[in-house]
Amino acid sequence: MKASGRGEVMRGLLTIVRITVHEAVRRRILLAALLCGAAFLALYGTGFYFVAREMQHEAAASLLQRRLALNLLVLAGLFAVNFLSVMTAVLLPADALSGEIASGVMQTVASKPVRRSTIVLGKWAAYVLLVGGYLLLLAGGVLAIGRGLGHFTPPAAGAGLALMALECALLVTVVIACGTRFGTITNGVVVLGLHGLAFIGNWVEQIGTFVGNDAARAMGTIASLIMPSESLWQLAASRMQPAVMRELHMSPFSPASVPSPAMIVWAAGYLGIALLLGLRHFRRRAL
Amino acid sequence: MVPTTSPVIETHGLRRQFGEKVAVADLSLTVTAGEVFGFLGPNGAGKTTSLKMLLGLIAPTAGEARVLGAPLGDRRALGRVGFLPEHFRFPEWLTGHELLEFHGRLYGLGRARRRARVDELLERVDLLDAAHRRLRDYSKGMLQRVGLAQALLAEPALVFLDEPTSGLDPLGRLLVRDIIGELRGRGVTVFLNSHLLGEVEATCDRVVFLRQGLTVHELSLSSPEAAGLAVELRLGPHGDDLLAGLARFGTEVAEADGGVRLVVGGEETLPELARWLVERGVPLYEMRCQRKSLEAWFLEVMGEGQRPG
Repeated sequence: MKASGRGEVMRGLLTIVRITVHEAVRRRILLAALLCGAAFLALYGTGFYFVAREMQHEAAASLLQRRLALNLLVLAGLFAVNFLSVMTAVLLPADALSGEIASGVMQTVASKPVRRSTIVLGKWAAYVLLVGGYLLLLAGGVLAIGRGLGHFTPPAAGAGLALMALECALLVTVVIACGTRFGTITNGVVVLGLHGLAFIGNWVEQIGTFVGNDAARAMGTIASLIMPSESLWQLAASRMQPAVMRELHMSPFSPASVPSPAMIVWAAGYLGIALLLGLRHFRRRAL
Repeated sequence: MVPTTSPVIETHGLRRQFGEKVAVADLSLTVTAGEVFGFLGPNGAGKTTSLKMLLGLIAPTAGEARVLGAPLGDRRALGRVGFLPEHFRFPEWLTGHELLEFHGRLYGLGRARRRARVDELLERVDLLDAAHRRLRDYSKGMLQRVGLAQALLAEPALVFLDEPTSGLDPLGRLLVRDIIGELRGRGVTVFLNSHLLGEVEATCDRVVFLRQGLTVHELSLSSPEAAGLAVELRLGPHGDDLLAGLARFGTEVAEADGGVRLVVGGEETLPELARWLVERGVPLYEMRCQRKSLEAWFLEVMGEGQRPG
């Protein structure tokens, strides 16, 4: 691609990113998400404060017990953040392409001198940024509360957040890709359904591992391959706790069966292929 | 600059099928630079699909076409094309000014030129005072006008207008007609798709009729064919050979409503016709003439059996 062509593509991309972020601001979606996030952090922080204070007065508790309890509290907070971010990642971009195609807004945009791939990539980048920012704000809030009130930071917090961010990016990508093909409601139902499948699949895998049933365990793995989002959270949670907690299955976030790290490669490949399929379908579709 | 005689749009056997349904069967037409071109046909004839193919929004199933000398969907060509779709839709949370800024960016206009064009066009479509109001608060006519401004942002060489006067009051229609006139004056080619035949008649140089996805007739509105006069004669008793004799003055000679009707080339034929009748001793009580309207052409070209769309 020539330099001028690259500049043109970048300009187009920035225009689409800018209008998409502008839409989230103007339609008060960002404000609503931030207010809900602030309410969550306020509630979580209050609960954390009282638990941490109680533990300080608990003379019998050892340092290890205290650290494990704080780790559990932080993971519980991140579990809630994960849930909120997954819902935002699916619902926020669900209308992005399908809505504009159905209403006809896309006709005046796609008849301008911009590549169709630029339109899809611009929307994708904007929603990855928005959902990623939302996740980092909430998860950062939970970690800051743990640090500020309990003087505790879970191990491998950076890697854990990166895995959670990959999970959100994956869901945004699948929603954007499905948006080139399905209507808004179908899109939301399909992607939430896939994530639900992965969520239930994980439980089947845990129970299968616990009772020693290979078939149930294999079913869980297959569900994770069909949609690897939940596996990324499992991997993130597993990393953000000490080995003793993980090995002894001491919390709901220390499961019997932890996904293989190869699932990260699978999820990254899944994301790339979903994006390519979305680009390909949008390039060909009648608008 | 495109030479004035070069084709701006050229299509050969353009076809589009959606599954079994043929939306456009065979679109073959040429539009030359600077022309105001009317695209006529009943609902469902394939006009909008044709237009979308020319804009690269729908890929043709078969056939060839070039727009501004480039293949369909070419981005360099699209940078010189303006488009106002039928039922113009918009992100309603934007203001009129922001909408034009956004589309200016999509055209790749630099900041200074974009700002100048946006202000200029807001003034031209009489929306300066509403520029910073959200589009959701605009009336239907205001939306159509901001849509028209959007189509003209990049000073295009070719403008596609799909039902541009839909939803406009008479003043709005007059504005659109004036703008089409200005575009013609600047040598811009206008491709107009409209149901309002009066509008087309007032603005277009040439029209093509589309029926069931096929171009069935082409009419230059300044040609003798289009300029033809429909003449109605009320005559006294006359011989049986009168109709055959009248055929030398025009076409479509027929007896109707107790009189005789025919279509002649122009007003200059009328005195000759009257003299010929008097010389043959045929009593002439009344001679009424009327220019053949585009509506008459439309009904004639589309034929019997057309149902409202």
